[in-house]
Amino acid sequence: MSGKTLAEKLLSAKSGTDARAGDYVEADVDVAMAHDITGPLAFQTFDEVTGDDGELFAPDRTVFTIDHHAPADGVQAANNHNAVREFAAKHGAHQFDVGDGICHAVLVEEGFVGPGDLVIGADSHSTTYGGIGAFGTGVGSTDLGTALATGELWFRVPKTLRFEVDGDLQDGVYAKDLILRFIGDVGFDGCTYMAAEYAGSTIESLPIHERLVLSNMAIEMGGKTGLVAPDERTEAYLERQIGTEIDLDDAFVSDDDADYEAVHSYDAAALAPQVSKPSNPENAVDVTEVAGTEIDQLFVGTCTNGRYEDIKIVADILAGETIAPNVRMVVVPASKSVYQHMLQTGVFQTLTDAGAVIQSAGCGPCAGYHQGVLGDGDVCLATANRNFPGREGSMESSVYLSSPATVGASALYGEITDPREVETKRYDDTVFAEVLP
Amino acid sequence: MTDAFAGDGGRPDPAEPGRAWVFGDNIDTDQITPSRFIVSSDPDELATHAFEDLRPEFSESVEPGDFVVAGENFGSGSSREHSPLSLVGAGVSAVVAQSFARIFFRNAINLGLPVLICPGADVIEDGDEIHVDLDAGVVTNHTRDETYEAEALPEFLQSLVEQGGLKAYTKAKLDR
Ligand code: SF4
Repeated sequence: MSGKTLAEKLLSAKSGTDARAGDYVEADVDVAMAHDITGPLAFQTFDEVTGDDGELFAPDRTVFTIDHHAPADGVQAANNHNAVREFAAKHGAHQFDVGDGICHAVLVEEGFVGPGDLVIGADSHSTTYGGIGAFGTGVGSTDLGTALATGELWFRVPKTLRFEVDGDLQDGVYAKDLILRFIGDVGFDGCTYMAAEYAGSTIESLPIHERLVLSNMAIEMGGKTGLVAPDERTEAYLERQIGTEIDLDDAFVSDDDADYEAVHSYDAAALAPQVSKPSNPENAVDVTEVAGTEIDQLFVGTCTNGRYEDIKIVADILAGETIAPNVRMVVVPASKSVYQHMLQTGVFQTLTDAGAVIQSAGCGPCAGYHQGVLGDGDVCLATANRNFPGREGSMESSVYLSSPATVGASALYGEITDPREVETKRYDDTVFAEVLP
Repeated sequence: MTDAFAGDGGRPDPAEPGRAWVFGDNIDTDQITPSRFIVSSDPDELATHAFEDLRPEFSESVEPGDFVVAGENFGSGSSREHSPLSLVGAGVSAVVAQSFARIFFRNAINLGLPVLICPGADVIEDGDEIHVDLDAGVVTNHTRDETYEAEALPEFLQSLVEQGGLKAYTKAKLDR
């Protein structure tokens, strides 16, 4: 019998079975999350299955965030926020409020997820947690509501699609460019029913904040989760950032003879910065193919690329410059601590001097709700993850997706610009901690 | 949401013959339940809008015990649970498709709506009378006197469906 993949090992451990791809298992959930849009429906399910005296399976490992419509952009949103606050308070769960940040940023920064954990979120980008070796996956509200009561959920053990990347990335090329290329190659549904696994020397050298980008966008190729095996970098990151100690001897990696659905190999040095054209993330092309495309709005943020390191890359490019007169730039930090770092390190000043608008932490215009939605005919270049028709506003608007560096370079010229034409920096995991006491 | 759809015994039996409503490939959640109707999460209300833009006569003429038959990638698009819920509300007995999008498949099972992957489903024609043997994974076409092999639902999922979906299953588990 062949060896096991990381995904098979994680679900074996959580279900107490010898789980193989295709098996159905009931597994123990470590952490459950919902936000202001998906929470209220999940609460209904929870109340229905538990009756009036329901208790959460683990209040200290249940997290609710208010991030999608935050601050409230209307009465319905405000009522949803109150529903989240009331349910969290009644049941003693962790709750993050307006301005605290996007669920996926908060869960990682606050140390709720660690290697080997099974994390379910009522949000499709819950794949993000795979970047630190957790099996993170998005579920529906019935799933989440019942799991809140039992701490268990059923899973079909996924096959694995492996992406192996070796070599050094060019200057101006980041994890975002890698994942856009992967999605472009396998297609929008190329990883459906499967786990994505990212490996190879390039991935091993990526800082955690970049690994999280790869895992975050696994869902844009249909992936159930997106995994990077935890290693010394993960260990150092968790210890420095969160104060969690992990024992790598207990962490999982795929066996050498594990059975993959397919292995896609890449030479990192050959990869150009990528841009996904409207209106599907799978429309990824080399930036040179779309360079010169005029844009109206630049958007820096989201659970994909709204981290401090991402925003700092943009600030580095714009330091002492002004953004082109034909464009507006909206910056939305992924979390409150990112926001505060921006203030403390001068990134905030640099960006506002350059002409950017900076908003409180949250999802911003990512899903077209508020804080910078697009009008008819608007063209946006965003560090986001989706560019479906109407995603950031009008059905007549269009969204291109890229890395923060490409957004920064494009801001200078008001048109899509190859970031290799400007000086770009690359940050390791320590930069977020630079102003910590 | 009411309990009516969540398996209190009110579900039609897929072993009983019913009319097949046949759809094509890549029927996404917007085509099953257009966005403008998903402010409701009531199965009966949703049922009145099922396939409204694609096939307006569906919601008017569908009978409890009828089947939905489709091609590849049925239920792709958003994760909205409203789509399978609308079919539950319409009394659809089971959905037979050549393949399903992952989250739709999962949501349907959770709601107690049987879903069968049947690669040969493309020969079933609109209006054919069919029934489904969930244990064996066989679709029988009475109109054409043919049978097609489907992937039998694994035991675990079958028991989920039989108990009326994840909510009923969880209630039973909590009561134990
Ligand atoms: S930032 Fe965008 S993709 Fe991420 S959770 Fe918020 S709305 Fe969803």
